[in-house]
Amino acid sequence: MLKRRSAGEIAFNVTNYAVFGLFTLICILPFYYLFIQTISDNDLSARGLVTFYPKGIHFENYRKVLQLDGLSQAFLISVLRTVVGTIATVLGSAFLGFIFTKQKMWGRRFWYRFLVVTMYFNAGIIPWYVVMLRLGMTNNFWAYVLPAVVSPFYVILAKTFVESIPEVLQESAEIDGAGYLTLFFRIILPLIVPISATIAIFAAVAQWNSFIDTVFLMTDKTYYTLQFVLYKYLNESNSLAAIIRSSGAQNMDLSNMQTANSIRTTVSMIVVLPILLVYPFFQRYFVKGIMIGAVKG
Amino acid sequence: MEPVAQSQTKRIRSSPSSLIPDRYRLFLFALPFLVLVFIFSYLPLYGWIYAFYNYRPGFALSDTPFVGLQWFRSIFSNPTQTQEVMRVMRNTMVMSLLGIATSILPVLFAVFLSEIKSQWYKKTVQVLTTLPNFISWVLVYAIAFMMFNVDNGLINKIMIGLGFQEQGVNYLATNNHTWLSMIAWATWKGLGWGAIMYIAAITSIDQELYDAAKVDGAGRFRMIWHITVPGIMPTYFVLLLLSIANFINNGLEQYFVFQNPMNKSHIEVLDLYVYNIGMLGTNFSFATAVSMLKSLVSIALLFIANRMSKIVRGESII
Repeated sequence: MLKRRSAGEIAFNVTNYAVFGLFTLICILPFYYLFIQTISDNDLSARGLVTFYPKGIHFENYRKVLQLDGLSQAFLISVLRTVVGTIATVLGSAFLGFIFTKQKMWGRRFWYRFLVVTMYFNAGIIPWYVVMLRLGMTNNFWAYVLPAVVSPFYVILAKTFVESIPEVLQESAEIDGAGYLTLFFRIILPLIVPISATIAIFAAVAQWNSFIDTVFLMTDKTYYTLQFVLYKYLNESNSLAAIIRSSGAQNMDLSNMQTANSIRTTVSMIVVLPILLVYPFFQRYFVKGIMIGAVKG
Repeated sequence: MEPVAQSQTKRIRSSPSSLIPDRYRLFLFALPFLVLVFIFSYLPLYGWIYAFYNYRPGFALSDTPFVGLQWFRSIFSNPTQTQEVMRVMRNTMVMSLLGIATSILPVLFAVFLSEIKSQWYKKTVQVLTTLPNFISWVLVYAIAFMMFNVDNGLINKIMIGLGFQEQGVNYLATNNHTWLSMIAWATWKGLGWGAIMYIAAITSIDQELYDAAKVDGAGRFRMIWHITVPGIMPTYFVLLLLSIANFINNGLEQYFVFQNPMNKSHIEVLDLYVYNIGMLGTNFSFATAVSMLKSLVSIALLFIANRMSKIVRGESII
């Protein structure tokens, strides 16, 4: 069918494409800008002369930053909490979700509500801090992992998914004498891979990005995460710049300033890099996952 | 014949654990996880007790005087304190209202994106605009710092280069437009992701409705208004009700990373205020009292939202 497009229609299309194009650029350009700062000549970058493309490309920054005191330790903690935390969250949420599909469970409705209510309600940060303090969760690596083991939203996701698997598969295994643990590890876990992958991605991103728990609980440098170290660098250089300005010092130590800038951008890049790398591959999974979540069980 | 034989094998193989009936066994499997939920989500309620004492860090609770409702009364009887809490309440409410006002943006995003014919363009926009949702607030702040700082920020360079400004302006350390810039960053981070639900809702609308409308001579805007919009309204209402339940909880991280002495008076929302007076100041008991009032208000809001959900949709959200 041949249809002439009206002027209004063309104007609408052009505007529509342009607005989305613009917003998309606003979303991704900062990442590009950040990246070219880290590989450019530090002096040019510190003077704000690197704008559209890298100048004087080098990769020294990454090597130097990882040698900085405390940074490789923070990197290790971030990786460790992400790996251990993600495994714990996926197994915990999937197993509890599986148990909650069993109608026979004693007090099932009550315990399910007991869990779901915590999604909407918490005691507040100060009482939470007091309890963490008394449990010995300050300066303790497990403070990153244990609170994340059971997350109501992920349990709902897993439960909804398990419910969509035909009951007969479990029944036949049960007849062969499988207990609940065997059922879960041999039958259920292999079948819920799609939703487990979604939960794993969410949990991993949450662990990697988590920041405020370090602020509250960790005073020992050993447990600092990359995010926290980045925050410290940002704050220190911010106040440093403010002091220099207010004192009206004309001859700032240029080499020092350069390092502040290059450290900031490079640490930022190290923090965002894992996400930029895995994001394109997993994007479609978590879009599907969140849609399953929307159909609340 | 067969079933009998099978049930016998089952009984033989699972003999030791069959002493406990199945229903309790299932519960025992769940128990360790429920204990974790209890410890990390319910046990903190015990911490509310601090609001009734004159607690100072470093002392045992038994050594500190019980003061009853003094801290709660002080919120309302001490004019300076009342003023402080009112300022923080104002910030909290303004941020939440702005959040609710901008909750229409993801809807618009989804509606107009679905009007784009090129699949390639649509996919690219969708993938790239959800990216900021996956970075931490610290990194958002790092990006803000990189773009807006005085010395070498991109925006300052551009503004000076174009002759709009004589010298660098410290955009981050100013009290002008604090609320607007906070909602702008939240939108930057969350808009693409927020639209995903609505995009899903739009794809599930029956295509025949559009075909029928076309036959009846409906134009593009008519189709949007009479088919797409009604198709996603239920989703919008659910999310709106959830945001009402969370009206008083606007989080801590975003405001924590963006706060500085200059913008403090406008950026301090309840959670940040509680952190600042409780953790940085030493007024633990007063912070707990404020924290406690906040939790009570959010429970009330949750029940109101739940009731509204029942009336509007006939379904509860908890």
